[in-house]
Amino acid sequence: MTFINPKAKHGDASDGNLGGRLSRLDGPAKITGGATYAVEHQIEGLVHAVTVQSTIAAGIVTSVDAKAAEASPGVLLVLTPDNIMPLKSATTWAGTPGPEGPFLALPRIVSFNGQHIAAVVAETLEQATAAAALIRVTYEEKEHVYGLDDPRAGDGVPIERMTMSRGDAEKALAEAPVRIEQEYRTPREYNVAIEPHGIIAQWEGDSLTLWEPSQWIDGMARSYAEWFDIPFENVRMISPYIGGGFGSKALSLPHGAVAAIAARMLGKPVKLVVTRPQTFTAYGGRPATRQTLALGATREGKLLSIVQHGVNETSMLGVAVEPLGSVTAIMYAVPNFSSRQNVIPLNTVTPGALRAPGENPSAFGIESAIDELAYEVGIDPLQIRLLNYAEEDPEAKIPWSTRRLREAFAAGAEAFGWSKRSPAPRSMREGNQLIGWGVAAGTYPVRRTPGEALVRILADGTAEVASSSIDMGQGTYTILAQTAAEVLGIPVDRVRVKLGDSALPRAPVAGGSQLANLMTGAVHKAAHAARDELIGLALNHPSSPFLDQQTNTLTIADGVISTPRSEKPNISIADFMRVIGQERVEALRDTLPEDKKNTQDRYNNFTTMMAMKPPTEGGYSLHSWCAHFVEVRVDADFGTVRVSRMVSALDSGRLYNPKLAESQWRGGIIMGIGQALLEEGIVDPRYARVINNNLGDYLVATNADIPDLQVISVGIPDHHASVLGGKAVGELPIVGVAPAIANAVFHATGKRIRDLPITLDKLL
Amino acid sequence: MKNFTYLRAGSADEARTAAALAGSMILAGGTTLLDLAKCGVAEPETVVDITHLTGLDRIEVDRTRASIGSLARMSAVADHPAMLDAFPAVTQSLALAASAQIRNMATIGGNLLQRTRCPYFRDAAVFPACNKRSPGSGCTALGGVTRNHAVMGTSDACIATYPGDLAVALVAFDAVVHLGSREIPIDDFFLLPGNHPDREHAMERGEIITSVTIPLSAAARRSTYLKVRDRQSYEFAAASAAVGLELDADGRTVRDVRIALGGVATKPWRARAVEAALIGKVLEPELVRQASLLSMQGAADHGANHYKIDLAPRVITRAVLQLGGLA
Repeated sequence: MTFINPKAKHGDASDGNLGGRLSRLDGPAKITGGATYAVEHQIEGLVHAVTVQSTIAAGIVTSVDAKAAEASPGVLLVLTPDNIMPLKSATTWAGTPGPEGPFLALPRIVSFNGQHIAAVVAETLEQATAAAALIRVTYEEKEHVYGLDDPRAGDGVPIERMTMSRGDAEKALAEAPVRIEQEYRTPREYNVAIEPHGIIAQWEGDSLTLWEPSQWIDGMARSYAEWFDIPFENVRMISPYIGGGFGSKALSLPHGAVAAIAARMLGKPVKLVVTRPQTFTAYGGRPATRQTLALGATREGKLLSIVQHGVNETSMLGVAVEPLGSVTAIMYAVPNFSSRQNVIPLNTVTPGALRAPGENPSAFGIESAIDELAYEVGIDPLQIRLLNYAEEDPEAKIPWSTRRLREAFAAGAEAFGWSKRSPAPRSMREGNQLIGWGVAAGTYPVRRTPGEALVRILADGTAEVASSSIDMGQGTYTILAQTAAEVLGIPVDRVRVKLGDSALPRAPVAGGSQLANLMTGAVHKAAHAARDELIGLALNHPSSPFLDQQTNTLTIADGVISTPRSEKPNISIADFMRVIGQERVEALRDTLPEDKKNTQDRYNNFTTMMAMKPPTEGGYSLHSWCAHFVEVRVDADFGTVRVSRMVSALDSGRLYNPKLAESQWRGGIIMGIGQALLEEGIVDPRYARVINNNLGDYLVATNADIPDLQVISVGIPDHHASVLGGKAVGELPIVGVAPAIANAVFHATGKRIRDLPITLDKLL
Repeated sequence: MKNFTYLRAGSADEARTAAALAGSMILAGGTTLLDLAKCGVAEPETVVDITHLTGLDRIEVDRTRASIGSLARMSAVADHPAMLDAFPAVTQSLALAASAQIRNMATIGGNLLQRTRCPYFRDAAVFPACNKRSPGSGCTALGGVTRNHAVMGTSDACIATYPGDLAVALVAFDAVVHLGSREIPIDDFFLLPGNHPDREHAMERGEIITSVTIPLSAAARRSTYLKVRDRQSYEFAAASAAVGLELDADGRTVRDVRIALGGVATKPWRARAVEAALIGKVLEPELVRQASLLSMQGAADHGANHYKIDLAPRVITRAVLQLGGLA
């Protein structure tokens, strides 16, 4: 059980309410080492598991020689395809049935290089590691497909639901006075959270307790329950802090199953943490993508048609779709549009979600292409975006709820000084540095799933908020405390927030940038109910000092209950609770629709993504928007690109805590800079293996790569988007960063780089 | 990581005796040894801890040379006032290497002995063929992903790049590696891979580095280390150059120039042909550009690393021109 108890005063008293710039309540515990992450929990009798991964990409495990490992000191159990307990297939995140047949956490059939195929459990981690190195695997190797460029990759499988069409895009393209067509590519990218994936699993009878970093406690708990065929209620998952997820910690994974199987077989708690190199294949990041974009336009730069064809890689085991048309379809007012997408199965781990899946590579394509068109017709890259501004959702043909993109362009351009830009490529230079300015837009949809929260007012006048939702650094603890404090009328330092435990009220996935909106909504509702109950008691309880006041309501402010005109009597919540002899006043509320409150709908709401509403449901198209303005300096001789200045203006609607939202925006922009210039999973075609599987060789941006990042909020409360007016925050800022940088690099050098990352060798 | 015996050497001589044991390895800063042990490359039977030995971390600069104890930390040398004054290329090579955390732990001796970042070398469990790791087993890098592999000094047995920065600066300024009983000029200390890429340096078993000396020179005093890489920090060089320049009294004619390259060769690479082409000449950009191209004579690329052949001369050119006040 995790309590966040803010002892320190954070900034100004007004910061305690929604909209205040309260610092993260979990911050002091994290920077002092006081925050106990999931796999740091000390469990009596804990033993340690280490997995062995395949060293071929395709084939069959014909034998596993585990004799030496079994004889190695401290070894308790060796798991292989020969003895792995088959589990039941679990429902997918989408709510559809899982693959046929049992789920084998250590399969005999190898479908990618780096697949878990054996595991060793020993008394100590060192013993398990040493023994794992002694496992000898024999394979019958088969031909593999290493990547999109493999001649054996083929054209893949069309994904019909990705097909979009309006007008007659091919015809309009053919007739357009100006046409450009190019291919844009993004490589395999990884989440590389600093906290690696790991788990502690412990059984008591048919009950399973799991300490595991999780972006989705209820969804992951359901997978374990189904795998082991035990009631959902028997799975307890605890995940108080998450050291970065970026989409990779929302689903139960094979290594988790291995730990739970080992714990069951041994009757001991088992800890399994994948090593850094193993994280590159223990789960999938963003798949490599390739898209062809053809733009047709008037000579003035007005778009007439967009024709898109995209592909992304997936695994041999499952279809992962990275929707490449998501931004293309809605960013510009283009009457004719067609998009289709294939996925190409190859020998890789099944790709997963990585910050703005779909929108991110989609924006790299369209925001690069529109820039190319701007140069083609000879107008300013910002002007062409305004010229083609979509006043309504061009795909759904419904109004935007709010679209402050024009304001974002204006505010960003002003702060950046865009009007001083010299239009021609290679026209700005300082010594050896070619200077380029680029702009690109981004967007991310507002996703909505109902939530649930408990708010409890205690006898000492403090309050608790409880939810199985999670905080992975984005600030859930903090903004939920702010929400409750504001509604209850008590100081924020008297609110404790409990998260990250499946024993608490339910929550859907912390993904799709939906959690802040749905959880502030649920807490708001529950806090109002608790407050109403408290006021009801104050009005009606026989011992209440307000009983004979001629009033039908009361106010609560700063923890004191009083009449609306603040006349006497007034009484603190703690004193009032003592006077009426009550231990607690609490309210559990959900935001499920009335017709979806039955047990099965509730279960599916929180354990699958079935109930997540599309951004166009309800008559408005709901999206966050942003505009990035970038200055790069490219060394004329070396081709090295440095981002020297950046201004981003973002519309995420109302910000519940601007300090935390700005921090998330900056984090996303930093990831975007890394994506643009550095990040790439490098695959050796001969082995279909990622060979830069460590943080020394898989390059993410360092502090030295990041200039001061100016972020400007241009949002206004959007009550179509959420109860309290917020829109998507976390995934928005990465969208558009890479094309803004690529566009700036073109402006600096005259070279258009259409495949990320933009490394120096591409510019020499 | 395999179990090993831990020995704490009481003196340098004890360390030498222990280091002579089969399967023993020296533990100094540990930043390379632990890393290699974790990836299964280093599997010592015995780890000989010398971290506490006294007198091996001194940094002294006198009228003729600098002497740096092998246990001096990278950060201590990088920040040493007399070193900053007399050997800017050396201190810059250290400051631009690794990360602050590593620089605070890693020692000068260990820095010289760091091993290649070739991914095929570093993943022993997956790529059994590596002549550097197990002689005669073959080279997986040939035919593989070679963006960071060497273009100079390669052989059919190995194309792995020497990754360090400090050694590049030391090679430029004719440093000497002291082993106690003998000393080796640094350019001879590092070996070409040839048919024995497992032999990376001229030390015999049972020898330890005690210090490195660098002769003072006008070129060293007017020197720079230019490191080019995609990431601004904490990345090995795509190409780097340690350059020192001494001009005649006219301020234009090259009296002495020292040039060594990093990130492009199997060992720290002295570019003597470039030096010869510049000495006695009046410094001007086109001359330097043309002379720098000589550094890549005999270069052999393996596809993805071809860019280094274009890049390295540009790095030399920039560094020379900067020192000459022409860039």
